Amino acid sequence: MIERRYDAWGRIVGIILRHYYLYRGSIPRIIELAYWPVMQIMLWGFITQYFQQHSSLIAQAGGLLLAGVLLWDVLFRGQLGVSVSFLEELWSRNLGQMFVSPLRPQELAASLMAVSLLRTIIGLSPATLIAWLLYQFDITSMGLSLVAFFGLLMAFSWAIGIAVCAMLLRFGLGAESLAWVSVFALAPVSAVYYPVEILPTWLEYVALFLPSAHVFEGMRSVLLDGYFAWDHFLWAAGLNLAMMVLAMVLFVRAFNSARVGGRLLQSGE
Amino acid sequence: MVSDVPVEAEDLTKRFGDVIAVEGINFSVKKGSVVGLLGGNGAGKTTTMSLLMGLVIPSAGEARIFGEDASKRSASALARINFSSPYVEMPGRLTVEENLQVYARLFGVVHAQERIAKLARDLDLESFLHRMTRTLSAGQKSRSALAKSLINEPELLLLDEPTASLDPDTADWIRTYLQDYQKNTGAAILLASHNMPEVERLCDEVLMMRGGMIVDHGAPSELITRHGRQNLEEVFLDIARKQSEVASK
Repeated sequence: MIERRYDAWGRIVGIILRHYYLYRGSIPRIIELAYWPVMQIMLWGFITQYFQQHSSLIAQAGGLLLAGVLLWDVLFRGQLGVSVSFLEELWSRNLGQMFVSPLRPQELAASLMAVSLLRTIIGLSPATLIAWLLYQFDITSMGLSLVAFFGLLMAFSWAIGIAVCAMLLRFGLGAESLAWVSVFALAPVSAVYYPVEILPTWLEYVALFLPSAHVFEGMRSVLLDGYFAWDHFLWAAGLNLAMMVLAMVLFVRAFNSARVGGRLLQSGE
Repeated sequence: MVSDVPVEAEDLTKRFGDVIAVEGINFSVKKGSVVGLLGGNGAGKTTTMSLLMGLVIPSAGEARIFGEDASKRSASALARINFSSPYVEMPGRLTVEENLQVYARLFGVVHAQERIAKLARDLDLESFLHRMTRTLSAGQKSRSALAKSLINEPELLLLDEPTASLDPDTADWIRTYLQDYQKNTGAAILLASHNMPEVERLCDEVLMMRGGMIVDHGAPSELITRHGRQNLEEVFLDIARKQSEVASK
């Protein structure tokens, strides 16, 4: 009899490997990862250069818009990394096969997060390089603050991505468009390019409950005032924790609901 | 509680809303046996298999895999089983070898490379091992799916219509391979099919399903004798027609 090992880590690596093989064999997918971030940074780079000549604020902190673009893309790419990777399983009608193995839904979610991290780093690296080469904006000059912002936005993107996966499990491919549009609903209240105080009062309260709004407020503190706003950091971390727990509960419940409704083997149809 | 009995189903029932897919079935599959689930479309074969694999939660009753409640999806029980169906695919953009590598990890196979090499030799996959799965012919896909279902050398193999849409030669090759696998490893096989000659050839015991219920069971020869028929297909038609008569009265 062959030797078997019942370890969750091996199964998580298995799913990561599945996506590595997918990207290794598909040049269009790799190009797609970097294409939009590069286009975004080029567009906003030129807008920044134009504004620098006409706005004292932008002249003072020229990296404000570019940092916003790059960090917003962390949130967007991170969420896509989770939900599109899950969609790949639905498109290939592989979900039923996977869950005949000892794979648990929590392990699938963990591996999708790891894939999302790799996709985001690969996708944003060329844009970061272009921002430095063309517009002399070095985002790494934010130092450890950048690591904190990146981590917080990744965690939030995972929570949104996992919640989208729960919807896909519940409603099938009919909910596919959620994967592409859901994060944009948060853009106006995330205060990416303007401070939260610009928002109407009632929307300011909504923004307070979004980790992303705290991250972008924190980013402006670093770039404009040169200090790391711990209060925003702690708010974002706490909200992320709550949202991650909520998203995982939703995902596991959707998984069990799919088992009650017999939808796992039919997924993708 | 862990046991050596691969499958035990007790009053297993599954309803989807008002539709009864499986109704109060009782059966077991013993170590080393090949049991056939025979029935027409909508008889409840695939739902029964899904219940055993923990992909579907029963409405009532219990399915146990090696003594463990299937609905709990115990990792130790799931690592001992595997499944193949022409209606569930592997990622088409991965090569056959890549798919097998992924599934080897999902099932916790320790020496994956050796296992894949052995299956490639045994199932004659070597010539297309590095081709994308979506580019394979139906026969090659079936052999690849069979390799996936044997990657963890399962002690219980669940097969849903393993030879559907295959040419007679490939279908016969797969049946012979399954017989050899069962003989060499002592694995139990639960085979859902509406191909009567296939079931007659492979199975020690047959469970006749209709409308989600087991309407008769026994060894193929027993059933043929009991019903005074020439083959299993005639037995099945006999049972199906009797049921229809009862229903119309």
